Amino acid sequence: MSHKILSKKELCKDVYIADIEAPLVAAAAKPGQFVIICLQTTYSERIPLTIAGTDEKNGSIRLIWQAVGKSTAEFGHLKVGDELENVLGPLGKPTHIENFGTVVCVGGGIGNAPLLPIAKGMKQAGNKVISILGARNKSLLILEDDFKAISDELIIVTDDGSYGRKAVVTVPLDEICQSQKVDMVVAIGPAIMMKFASQTAVKHNIPVVVSLNTIMIDGTGMCGGCRVEVGGQTKFVCVDGPEFDGSKVNFDLMMKRMQAYKKQEQQALEEYKHKCKIGLDK
Amino acid sequence: MNDKQLLEELLNKHKAGTLKPADRYNIPPQAMPQQDGVARRSNVEEVALGYNETQARLEALRCLGCKNAPCMEGCPVRIKIKDFIVEIVEGNFQKALGIIRENSLLPAVCGRVCPQEVQCQLPCTVGKKFKNVDMSVSIGRLERFVSDWGRKQHENSTPAVAAPTGKKVAILGSGPGGIVVATDVRRAGHDVTIFEAFHKPGGVMVYGIPEFRLPKAIVQEEIDGLEKMGVKIIRNFVAGRTKTVKELMEKDGFDAVYIGVGAGLPMFMNIEGEHLVGVYSANEYLTRANLMKAYDFGKGADTPIAMSKRVAVVGGGNVAMDSARTAVRLGAEKVYLIYRRSEKEMPARVEEVHHAKEEGIEFHLLRNPKRIIGNGDGVVNAIECLKFELGEPDASGRRRPVPIEGSEFTIDVDTVVVAIGNGANPLIGQTTDGLALNKWGNITVDDNCKTSLDGVYAGGDIVLGAATVILAMGQGRTAAAGINEYLAKK
Repeated sequence: MSHKILSKKELCKDVYIADIEAPLVAAAAKPGQFVIICLQTTYSERIPLTIAGTDEKNGSIRLIWQAVGKSTAEFGHLKVGDELENVLGPLGKPTHIENFGTVVCVGGGIGNAPLLPIAKGMKQAGNKVISILGARNKSLLILEDDFKAISDELIIVTDDGSYGRKAVVTVPLDEICQSQKVDMVVAIGPAIMMKFASQTAVKHNIPVVVSLNTIMIDGTGMCGGCRVEVGGQTKFVCVDGPEFDGSKVNFDLMMKRMQAYKKQEQQALEEYKHKCKIGLDK
Repeated sequence: MNDKQLLEELLNKHKAGTLKPADRYNIPPQAMPQQDGVARRSNVEEVALGYNETQARLEALRCLGCKNAPCMEGCPVRIKIKDFIVEIVEGNFQKALGIIRENSLLPAVCGRVCPQEVQCQLPCTVGKKFKNVDMSVSIGRLERFVSDWGRKQHENSTPAVAAPTGKKVAILGSGPGGIVVATDVRRAGHDVTIFEAFHKPGGVMVYGIPEFRLPKAIVQEEIDGLEKMGVKIIRNFVAGRTKTVKELMEKDGFDAVYIGVGAGLPMFMNIEGEHLVGVYSANEYLTRANLMKAYDFGKGADTPIAMSKRVAVVGGGNVAMDSARTAVRLGAEKVYLIYRRSEKEMPARVEEVHHAKEEGIEFHLLRNPKRIIGNGDGVVNAIECLKFELGEPDASGRRRPVPIEGSEFTIDVDTVVVAIGNGANPLIGQTTDGLALNKWGNITVDDNCKTSLDGVYAGGDIVLGAATVILAMGQGRTAAAGINEYLAKK
């Protein structure tokens, strides 16, 4: 089965968006689920990416990713018409969507991508959706218009104040939780952001859901590499998640585990960049 | 007298009908040629190299050809062992292969990975005579010899396929069980599609069993053979998520389904420190090394694995041996195998234990981890163990290990691989209404490997818990017969 790249662009530096042919996944996927892609069968890494949207009629899925390592950089260098050899999915449990009342959707950086279909689903289910999107600076903010279209209220924050409020996402989250009745918080972004967003929600006694993106190999419950501690118990992100009760996740442990291959990842990325520079990747 | 002369003399006697059992007992058991124990520590090539023709025929001459053939009773798929062995003696390797193939579809695999010493070779009369199973006729090595001979001849073994029946069969999982079912069901003329979750087919033979024990080229030949028969293989399809069993049957028109999805969630010990960086399940460790070829990281492969210096592997089965021996090949200086019972109770194949020792793996028997100790960055730096002694036999018949209070000691390690088995993968059960499971989450089947749902069959690890390649194949055979019978009536 071929997985052609139907459209692709760079959303901001090193962040890409692409629609990819994957009719089986498009037909089955629900908000909150993810895929594992593997560019070439023999040697490529398996990369888990949350699905940012589906087009069932077109038989395609939308992926948004940041080039943080060799494999994601290589994926970023593919062009429209190129093919991925492998796309597996949809994986993980779908988001539990119902009319909770008021839902605050908190996105950080690339986390806006998986958050979007969930926010959309929450809106469609009749919730009042307040979205808080955070980025380091204006140029790194993604999907603002998409969120504007489906949110009752949209708050933008940047670390350097180059756009929206100069704050971290927890500041407006805290204010909103204080000033009105919030029934649910969904937070997706860097682990540290999810940790503090969860703490903020807990402070106000509001249920909080986070979506974890740990290191993974098979994605079907077989390897256990993605394991996290939730409420003192071992859980597998791939089959028990990717979404968990943010108040129970041991984020500190998870952040350490995510650093496991940092040295090798850096080495691989540098070698790849060097090859690109001298044209050996072609 | 060299081996060739010995063989000639024995063959002459054999032909004349004057070779007595006492003569056969006197033939020295043929050792398996193997890669040097030091050299192989730094490569992933196969360790056991296989008999040559002389060795195979000498070993075959050790077989007494017992009337009651106790060996056959020991084989899960009932290969006509003494019949194929006598063909090896005669030099009729093609015939020998034909006899094996009547019952086993993957002889090149089984000859390498079956635990023969507890199956066919356990009741062997020759071994009994010497009161030593190591003295039994090396049936597995002979099976391997014959199948490798066939592979070298490029002997086209694609089984004949009956006229199309118009019936469709879906097989979930491309491991040994799935391959057997696909072959047998396709032979009957049904339209067969295998669905595999990974990006490479072959199941445990590709992600789990290392190259040095089972070269992946052999598995690929089997997969190619299936495709030659007209079996379709869809990769990157996870049953229960991409499509459910019901969708396959109701929407896609599959008349029968075989569930052979294999091992599920790896078990951990539930001790302190198991979340530290550097602690792996054996499934993850082996999948990174084998399927993802992490041993070639930086030389083409993109998937990393711990660059370990000191590794502790916990467990006593084949998976533990595979992990320990993989760690050696990945460059570890010290590899410890920690097992809570004694060597006698180890479920691993004797040959694997032997090879592991040759490769310098240090066995810590009657020891079990109490906790894993990390440094400030959350990375493993030691494992604390407790000493055990053997008590009364437990339900499995093996003597139960009892901890010795106050016997704690630590070993400095940077990596821990936990190889203590797998639970059932919950995905199929969760997404298939009406599918009966036992209390451990394994699928319940009847004697024909039929599940609680009509037209749905299952086998291998998802039914048996942790089993072996040959047991999965045995169930595959049974299930295929059941499916063929079911479809004939339908």
